[in-house]
Amino acid sequence: MNANGSVFKYGDNVDTDVIIPARYLNITDGNELAKHCMEDIDKDFISNVKQGDIIVANKNFGCGSSREHAPLVIKCAGVSCVIAETFARIFYRNAINIGLPIIECSEAAKAIEAGDKVSVNFDTGIITNKSTGESYQGEAFPPFMQEIISAGGLFPYINKKK
Amino acid sequence: MGMTMTQKILAAHAGLDEVRAGQLIEADLDLVLGNDITAPVAIKEMEKFSKETIFNKDKIALVMDHFAPNKDIKSAENCKCCRDFAAKHEISNYFDVGEMGIEHALLPEKGLVVAGDAVIGADSHTCTYGALGAFSTGVGSTDMAAGMVTGKAWFKVPSAIKFHLLGKPSKWVSGKDVILHIIGMIGVDGALYKSMEFTGEGIKNLTMDDRFTICNMAIEAGGKNGIFPVDDLAIQYMKDHSKREFNIFDADDDAEYEKTYTIDLGKLEPTISFPHLPENTRTIGTFDEIKVDQAVIGSCTNGRLDDMRIAAAVLKGKKVAKNVRCIVIPATQEIYLQSMREGLLEIFIEAGAIVSTPTCGPCLGGHMGILAKGERCISTTNRNFVGRMGHVESEVYLASPAVAAASAVTGHISAPAELGL
Repeated sequence: MNANGSVFKYGDNVDTDVIIPARYLNITDGNELAKHCMEDIDKDFISNVKQGDIIVANKNFGCGSSREHAPLVIKCAGVSCVIAETFARIFYRNAINIGLPIIECSEAAKAIEAGDKVSVNFDTGIITNKSTGESYQGEAFPPFMQEIISAGGLFPYINKKK
Repeated sequence: MGMTMTQKILAAHAGLDEVRAGQLIEADLDLVLGNDITAPVAIKEMEKFSKETIFNKDKIALVMDHFAPNKDIKSAENCKCCRDFAAKHEISNYFDVGEMGIEHALLPEKGLVVAGDAVIGADSHTCTYGALGAFSTGVGSTDMAAGMVTGKAWFKVPSAIKFHLLGKPSKWVSGKDVILHIIGMIGVDGALYKSMEFTGEGIKNLTMDDRFTICNMAIEAGGKNGIFPVDDLAIQYMKDHSKREFNIFDADDDAEYEKTYTIDLGKLEPTISFPHLPENTRTIGTFDEIKVDQAVIGSCTNGRLDDMRIAAAVLKGKKVAKNVRCIVIPATQEIYLQSMREGLLEIFIEAGAIVSTPTCGPCLGGHMGILAKGERCISTTNRNFVGRMGHVESEVYLASPAVAAASAVTGHISAPAELGL
């Protein structure tokens, strides 16, 4: 499995309130919600993002609320992968459970810049910056989490196990 | 190698004699919680995968607290979705308007969580119940749905940081100041993926409400959970509120902690988190005058009876400053009733504050106190992210009930000392 796309770059502690503000949480449809993705931190994000694009951020991405709407709107906006130095723990779980690919890599998070063309190989954890020719070794998922992701999320995984 | 409190609880729920940090386990759950924002997503997930049964109708709690009493049609539809689901599955712990309170104040009060439990909740502040010596942590809606169906959840066993508390907090310093001090010290990712375990003789000087507040904000340091050892005070609380049997898990003497911080509670001062991160802490007296437009006293962090009593002690016989809106939100019906019986509500109303029905409302910018562009709020809630309470150019300053109440009176961020208290 691979991701390929242009990069939107953010800093430290991107919280779930800016990923999807609570004022929209009474909406339950992912595509409808996605119209407000990143609205409070980058109002142009949703008009500029294209299918397959990649978000790169520094530490503690997705901190704050447990709202699963946060990884969901990123996925529904067309983002194929989020690369960060670290992820907040509930966001990390939620991304796996709903099937949004994420990968931790400190070097990549620091070096990659907005607009760079980047590809990610999820099997090897290798992140390649096609704009600069540099590549980085990201943290591949442990086998247990890979199983959830390859099953398509937590529920399909539970079904498969039974 | 010994285990921490958290590791022991997880081992017991995974049917293992021992677990180690980093180990992936599947644990049996004592309670699965959701609210009117997260539960509808979980319910729809169950429907999508044709899951018709729940694991135990007595071990699921649904609390309509975020946008309830319903603020608009979409919120009403969400609550109706939960209500119908609860009725269909005969869920015994469904709390709607009239019985509901803010979930993390309500569940301990109803005796639904006791020491030794393993609890997940589709709300990040589920970590609150660590005050009772339980393992509890926030998850998303899919985990909640899987928990409702299977009664289990997967966890990566966390490593731990120890906070050794000594001494006694001075007057007007409470649990909120303790946890804001800690977050300021270690940062919003200082405990990422880890347990925050509190120990030390200073614990005896913290009320149960202080401990709930401290554990409540473990997530604001990135923590998986916060947990206190079970002492006589915690046992008395559980006996007063629950008929359930509890299990006390003490950390082993040789339990491994990545770091130990020692904190003298007596040296703490009223602490405020400046916008837009809980780690941006300052103490009273170290900044220039900051005017406020609104003061919020409530939430799952500080809407308990102690908090109401402290706010009333500050507001008694005083008036909220002109041009400040002071919103007091007792977290549960029981707290509301007790506040009424003790005359606290009268003090709030005479001071010019308003008293709201229990709701999460303003904390997450939902309703009941949204900020306009450029407005500033001193708030006893838990997050001050960009746009958290309203307009993206509004500001939230986090503080204790004592500071919020004093600031409501002076019109700028103040400690009760400024009022001669």
